[in-house]
Amino acid sequence: MNPTNYIVLSAILFTIGTVGFMIRRNAIVAFMCVELMLNATNLALVTFSRMHGALDGQVAAFFVMVVAAAEVVVGLAIIVTIFRTRHSASVDDANLLKF
Amino acid sequence: MPPLETPVPATGLFTVAWLLIAIPALSAAILLLVGRRADRWAPYLGAIAPLISFALGLVYFVQMLGRDVATRAVSVPLYNWISSGRWNINVGLLIDQLSIVFVLLITGVGGLIHVYSIGYMAHDDRRRRFFAFLNLFVAAMLLLVLADNYLVLFVGWEGVGLASYLLIGFWQYKPTAATAAKKAFVVNRVGDMGMSLAIMLMLATFGSSAFVDVNDGMPKVSSTIALIMGLLLLLAACGKSAQVPLQSWLLDAMEGPTPVSALIHAATMVTAGVYLITRSNAIYAQSPTASTVVVVVGTVTLLFGAWIGCAKDDIKRVLAGSTMSQIGYMMLAAGIGTAGYAYAIFLLLVHGFFKADMFLGAGSVMHATNDEVDMRHYGALRRMMPITFVTFAAGYLAIIGFPFFSGFYAKDHIIEVAFEHSAVVGGLAMLGAGITAFYMTRLMLMTFYGAKRWQEGVSPHESPPVMTVPLVFLGIGSAIGGLVLNNWIVGWLAPAVGGEPEETAGLLHVSIVGVLTLVVVAIGVGISVFVFGPRREIPITQPASQSFLTVAGRNDLYGDAFNEAVFMRPGQQLTEGLVRFENSGIDGAVNGTAAAIGGMSSRLRRVQNGFVRSYALTMTVGAAIVGLVILLGRLG
Repeated sequence: MNPTNYIVLSAILFTIGTVGFMIRRNAIVAFMCVELMLNATNLALVTFSRMHGALDGQVAAFFVMVVAAAEVVVGLAIIVTIFRTRHSASVDDANLLKF
Repeated sequence: MPPLETPVPATGLFTVAWLLIAIPALSAAILLLVGRRADRWAPYLGAIAPLISFALGLVYFVQMLGRDVATRAVSVPLYNWISSGRWNINVGLLIDQLSIVFVLLITGVGGLIHVYSIGYMAHDDRRRRFFAFLNLFVAAMLLLVLADNYLVLFVGWEGVGLASYLLIGFWQYKPTAATAAKKAFVVNRVGDMGMSLAIMLMLATFGSSAFVDVNDGMPKVSSTIALIMGLLLLLAACGKSAQVPLQSWLLDAMEGPTPVSALIHAATMVTAGVYLITRSNAIYAQSPTASTVVVVVGTVTLLFGAWIGCAKDDIKRVLAGSTMSQIGYMMLAAGIGTAGYAYAIFLLLVHGFFKADMFLGAGSVMHATNDEVDMRHYGALRRMMPITFVTFAAGYLAIIGFPFFSGFYAKDHIIEVAFEHSAVVGGLAMLGAGITAFYMTRLMLMTFYGAKRWQEGVSPHESPPVMTVPLVFLGIGSAIGGLVLNNWIVGWLAPAVGGEPEETAGLLHVSIVGVLTLVVVAIGVGISVFVFGPRREIPITQPASQSFLTVAGRNDLYGDAFNEAVFMRPGQQLTEGLVRFENSGIDGAVNGTAAAIGGMSSRLRRVQNGFVRSYALTMTVGAAIVGLVILLGRLG
């Protein structure tokens, strides 16, 4: 199968993630969109690794996974805390940190 | 001109010549540091310190008298002060014929003034500090005259300025005294600027400011440099010696206690300018123009001071005017060159006696009349205060040049050399002698003769012996100083001032100029007796004035008004303009930049709106732009 298709798939997933992140207000959904973007990136990295016959991309993908795991831990904790205190999971409601 | 003497290295007692300066300096330090515990014995320590220096000076003087002419000048190297690059400045003392007579004058007359102060300041709570400042003054002045280097001289010069500031403003709770002290300090700074520029010029030209190097180097420099150096040193001398145009501080300096006035006017401070000019004779020898300027300054000042002396009613201010006038004579003589230096110093020495005598006499009169200074409130004091009267009269006869009194010899010589120099200068000097006779006679008549015009509650009495004994010494000095010095001083000073040891006219020498001067003096005395004589009514309050001459004289010839109009007002306008420029220009630019950046950032800050999704949009757009740029860059 042509590896370009994986790249295209990766681009499509990334775009969905980006658009979703920008337009959805629910913090959980926005968070899932971020994860989607990360995984789209992982897919691209692995594909490039395959195309070039080198392991660099796969190693990078592992790094992304590790970072993503850590991020999920912190991010979900924040979201849960905000929900508990403000009874809302909307990112637009958490707007106190500003000018 | 014969070369100036070369000093021989110090031997024996001369190696500790620094003690001359150190003793009064140490006494000042003790009095200032020990504190209130010293209050009881402070005046005695203060008075004894200059007298010890005097004794030491006398020993040196006698030793020098016993030596051969060629080995009289002694140099006492002390230590290396600054060693930097090609400059190597050594601190040392030069004891030669010129400086030793100054040492004797400063410590001798200064010592008598200290003794007098024990009585005069007996009731002042702060007399410990007073004596400390007096000692500091004497120490600074000794450093000034003993230095062998212009830079070291400058240290003493500034020390004198500091001490005079402290003493003129001694009664600092009086606003007038505080202002007078500041004025003296500021006016002296103008002169000091001339001095420091002259020293810098010496360092640049000769690489050294030692007298020896400057004297050796002078014949080789261009006349322009000699002229500039001469004028700068003259500016310095004008500041310290209160010569026109830097005379304005002297009259206000009368705000200090009277012994201070005596010290400033007789033994120290104002004589420094004459010393400087005389010491710099090698420089003036190279520049006739600078010498002429010195003569002009001296002549103008001698008439200026005499004019002011005629118009004042305040006894101390009349004496201050006469000091200006007498220093004018000295400057005039010093400007004439080798023929005049010795006479300038001659007058300086006898002036030290008779002016200290009269100032202390005036202090004694003030002491007796509850610190009254207005001569219109004196009168008929001669019977109450016989010793003060007799000693004051000796000073008076000396200053007007009464035959065989000290001023007679000193001033006659100056007027004679002035005539040899130029008939105009000689004529003006002679006129000055006449005016001096007029106003000094006026002072005598208003103070000691005529009707009693005392204020209520004043009962004059003679001062205690601690004050009258110094007066007696000074009175004797005023009377016989001329006789003693006349046949000796010129020959003695010749090696130090570059003059030829020439014959001085004898004690009974009569010349046409001398006779004419006596006639002019007699006319001055005559007019004064006619106007202010014992039978004349003298108004108790100063009459509203009649003539321009009197009004101008009472206003110090508008010296203050001139300074105010020419220096103070434009100076204030300049600073105001600078402040405006600073506020609108520099501050405007700085504050404007800050305001612009602040405004921009407060607008830019709005972007930080707290909505995560708008941040996401910003990031995405940013990333898209970066990607686009990379892509386009690659394609291009």
